[in-house]
Amino acid sequence: MEKIKINIDNTLVEVDKGTTIYQAAKKIGINIPVLCYMNLEHLNIENRPGGCRICVVEVEGRRNLAPSCSTVCSEGMVIHTNNPRVLNSRKTVLELILSDHPKDCLICPKSGKCELQDLAVKMGIREIHSVENAEMSTYRKDCSPALNRDMDKCVMCRRCETICNDVQTVGALSAANRGFMSVVTPAFEQDLIDSPCTFCGQCVAVCPTGALTEFDHTQKIIRALADPTKTVVVQTAPAVRAALGEEFGLTPGTLVTGKMAAALRRLGFDKVFDTDFAADLTIMEEGTELLDRISKYLGGDKSVKLPILTSCCPAWVNFFECNYPDMLDVPSTARSPQQMFGAIAKTYFADKMGIKREDMVVVSVMPCLAKKYECQRDEFKVDGNPDVDFSISTRELAALIKTANIDFNTLPDEDFDNPLGESTGAGVIFGATGGVIEAAVRTAYELFTGSKLPRIDFKELRGLDGIRMATIDFNGTPINIGIAHQLGNARKLLDGIRSGMYNFHAIEIMACPGGCIGGAGQPLHHGHSEIIKARFDAIYREDASKPIRKSHENPYIVKLYEEFLGKPLSEKSHHLLHTHYFDKHKI
Amino acid sequence: MAQYKMHILVCGGTGCRASQSEQIVENLNAELKNLGLENDAQVVTTGCFGFCEKGPIVKIIPDNTFYTQVTPEDCAEIIKEHILKGRKVARLLYEDPETQKHIEDSKHMGFYQKQLRIALRNCGFIDPENIDEYIARDGYAAFGKVLTEMDPKTAVEIMKKSGLRGRGGGGFPTGIKWEIAASNKADQKYVVCNADEGDPGAFMDRSILEGDPHTIVEAMAICGYCIGASKGLVYIRAEYPLAIKRLQVAIKQAREYGLLGEGILGTNFAFDIELRYGAGAFVCGEETALIHSMEGHRGEPTVKPPFPAESGYLGKPTNVNNVETFANVPVIYLKGADWFASIGTTKSKGTKVFALAGKINNVGLIEVPMGITLREVIYEIGGGIKDGKKFKAVQTGGPSGGCLTDKHLDTPIDFDNLIAAGSMMGSGGMIVMDEDDCMVSVAKFYLEFTVEESCGKCAPCRIGNKRLHEMLEKICNGKGTMEDLEYLKNLSRVIKDTALCGLGQTSPNPVLSTIEHFYDEYVAHVKDRVCPAGRCKALKLYTIVPEKCTGCTACTRACPVAAITGEKRQPHVIDVDKCIRCGACYDKCKFTAINIQ
Repeated sequence: MEKIKINIDNTLVEVDKGTTIYQAAKKIGINIPVLCYMNLEHLNIENRPGGCRICVVEVEGRRNLAPSCSTVCSEGMVIHTNNPRVLNSRKTVLELILSDHPKDCLICPKSGKCELQDLAVKMGIREIHSVENAEMSTYRKDCSPALNRDMDKCVMCRRCETICNDVQTVGALSAANRGFMSVVTPAFEQDLIDSPCTFCGQCVAVCPTGALTEFDHTQKIIRALADPTKTVVVQTAPAVRAALGEEFGLTPGTLVTGKMAAALRRLGFDKVFDTDFAADLTIMEEGTELLDRISKYLGGDKSVKLPILTSCCPAWVNFFECNYPDMLDVPSTARSPQQMFGAIAKTYFADKMGIKREDMVVVSVMPCLAKKYECQRDEFKVDGNPDVDFSISTRELAALIKTANIDFNTLPDEDFDNPLGESTGAGVIFGATGGVIEAAVRTAYELFTGSKLPRIDFKELRGLDGIRMATIDFNGTPINIGIAHQLGNARKLLDGIRSGMYNFHAIEIMACPGGCIGGAGQPLHHGHSEIIKARFDAIYREDASKPIRKSHENPYIVKLYEEFLGKPLSEKSHHLLHTHYFDKHKI
Repeated sequence: MAQYKMHILVCGGTGCRASQSEQIVENLNAELKNLGLENDAQVVTTGCFGFCEKGPIVKIIPDNTFYTQVTPEDCAEIIKEHILKGRKVARLLYEDPETQKHIEDSKHMGFYQKQLRIALRNCGFIDPENIDEYIARDGYAAFGKVLTEMDPKTAVEIMKKSGLRGRGGGGFPTGIKWEIAASNKADQKYVVCNADEGDPGAFMDRSILEGDPHTIVEAMAICGYCIGASKGLVYIRAEYPLAIKRLQVAIKQAREYGLLGEGILGTNFAFDIELRYGAGAFVCGEETALIHSMEGHRGEPTVKPPFPAESGYLGKPTNVNNVETFANVPVIYLKGADWFASIGTTKSKGTKVFALAGKINNVGLIEVPMGITLREVIYEIGGGIKDGKKFKAVQTGGPSGGCLTDKHLDTPIDFDNLIAAGSMMGSGGMIVMDEDDCMVSVAKFYLEFTVEESCGKCAPCRIGNKRLHEMLEKICNGKGTMEDLEYLKNLSRVIKDTALCGLGQTSPNPVLSTIEHFYDEYVAHVKDRVCPAGRCKALKLYTIVPEKCTGCTACTRACPVAAITGEKRQPHVIDVDKCIRCGACYDKCKFTAINIQ
């Protein structure tokens, strides 16, 4: 790599050709403040519109200031990141942004985690020059079942737009209007629910301010917990335990499974269960469906649709319902673990406990915002009563714990309750990209071949590359597997299948970067993709530590089939654990 | 082409068409036929003559008689008297405002005497919808010469040597731009003509496109040959229907003549042109925003580099030049780089077209050599200030240019001098102001435009311009403070320093230049709560002079807010707090008893 020499604040630096001023400054310990710029290096996602102008620096010989995030260093450049001209400009621009931003920080859902607030603190803003009653750009608020848009707080960083269009290829959000009234919005400023939005929530995950937030259910849960007539059970998704600790100052990647169970118990949940149990159940159904389709296919049945696509991810389900309505019979009909859990909890478990369906409240803690949308879909309700009543995010759970004054870090490690709290390592890895298909392979292999797996870890299925492919040898039968995370990569795979370019037996798709560990309900990464990497590693650590690592060996799953469901793909299973899809093509 | 003894040129520019020039053409033709003169004289609908102040214009060739403000009813007289009998119709001739004498031909009119028409050479001279007339004026000769006698490298060298700089506002040397685009290797390159003229009141590009569309076709083809592009695109605003039509006609004719398409003039050079329509966003005149708009994206600029010459339309090397820049290209190849470089100043060569407007006698389109002074433009070509008022300022460079004062009148106009004086060349707007204009209001007016036209991408332009405008409004309302003035300056400088594209980097110019040159006027608004020009409504104080008031109550009835009280036949009083300064009382009072301060 060609090197060039530059001078930053009187320090000589040698950098690779192509390095931006921002990156070069970072190398010598100068963190130039940024607002719109975001770089998720591990995931190959970058937002660099050069719009906020907070990161400007002075480059000698240049007439105006340069945005350091998007100005590439050239040989001999002399840069000042901190002189009065730069500081005054930065401060004035930040004041301008604040002058068009509501000053309700104390009661803003983003307070304390807001990048704009952090900047104001860092830059010591003490007053905002502008005329009295200066006009503010205000917009209609938009509340969807999963996320809220309060565009009064939008700073036009365009991160959401980049995520929605370039990364997810959903195309629900783009800039509209001109000048002072410009805003990022669905087409014609309609509501998200009427747009092709999949509720993946990645826009929320990257929003620096309180403009995009989750639909908050915590108050409803506090009320349900206080209601003596209700039995409130909670399920926690695999990815939550790998991230919740971050909300309490723990190092990213710290597993807090035991503390989380203890906290939920102290919050007053009657039963603390695990979505991982339902993940094992999903593998039984989805894995059996996969084997069924492959066996029929190998037997010469041409009506069989291959590849089978996983269906655990609700944003992905929304995505194909909206974008691939012609392929609705391709994905597995298995419900997601959240919904399988709800269906079992409100039938099998409620019966066991002698509780009426209406008196049970099922709460799910999810790394995801699309789960909020999923649980209120009509097909997951019985007489209007949903299988899962409320889905809250990892962040909302942390807020609940804080509201209840629980000192999370000093909690003892506790176990989940039984019977719906027991899970295997296969259930845990659902939280990371490639995990579902690895879990499915662990079970499908043994069911297909009738022999024990020679190895449990399928490293070829793991990683953070957007699209991965591998062939697994099922005792002489090669099974081709595709994996994609982020919907843009899913689109590439799907288009490849449509055109006949790819030939897969099974494909796993997760909407969020890294899978559920990078979900929109997780603690905010603020552009640090190494956090997602740390969670990723934690998930596989948890898997490795589990005594049982194959779903079909989960004793409570075995018992559930014996006592209630019969066998995978039975009539009862179909009724409770499978679903169908709808054409939701918008335009 | 048929041979005629006389040609009657009728302006077919948008302004004159709005004043019935199409009807004039019809009537002239009818009268010619009537008198059996259709083989002696030909009526030609041309592009703009530039002298829009006195349109519709009819010019007779070969004697250059210049008739102004012609009506359809005048046509019969023109034909009978001038064409048939050779007697000029005196009442339609231009009258010199100073000497009050009729001037018989355009060559002796002050408006034209100081002009040098290169870009506008064919405007008002040829029928823009007839390729033969263009060819008769050496059209496509330059293209032929370049294509058959030069390699692209030599042709680019000539462009560099000519010293032509971009006429769209930036003033970047055209030859260097071409050289960069030529040096980038790609399977496909594009030549783009920026016809997104957006400055309010500016119509130089429109006039060229309407009056001489073939020159743009020819220049784009030359540029395509120089940089190795086979595709040309014209980004033109949809609000220019006539320009679009004439360009379409020109492209069609050029294709028919084999001047566009494959194997042009027996060489293996291929080039063709398509049109792309803009929706009229000012920011789309910025080349990166223009390219995004052409690609179907939101018209927003992006950070440069990469420049379009590296990665432009569809990610391919793209050379973007403005209409007026292109209009200079064929002449440079015909007459040579040295000839072009001999006109103008050291660093600004050739001529510049200006749209002269405001409080000036001769409103219109002019082309002058670089280096001419503002005084010559305003007083000699423009005929001085209207109604004998005093010159106050001239605003150059469109909405984001600056205001210059009488101390700049003798500054030679070129790119660098205008920037040094706190304004800019821009695309060539020139608006003259007189003593009745309030400079704070002027700055506010321009800011209103940039606030409206900001794309909203970068914070300084999106919010900063809005705040500047609000602060100016506050000052105009008599509520400003001296601290506001300081902040106004600081904010303006920061916006210039930090905005993403040319729009934001120049939008505070009207504020900064008026603060610099008319600081006293700002201070008067702030400290004395007075608008020296008497334009700011909120700073007017309406009172009744008791001695003059007869108590007729006319003002009481006219006042929409019941601010005037008093007994009948007794002097009335205006409640200052209630008064909204609408002026209704002033208009109604027959006894000049209302006093405005």
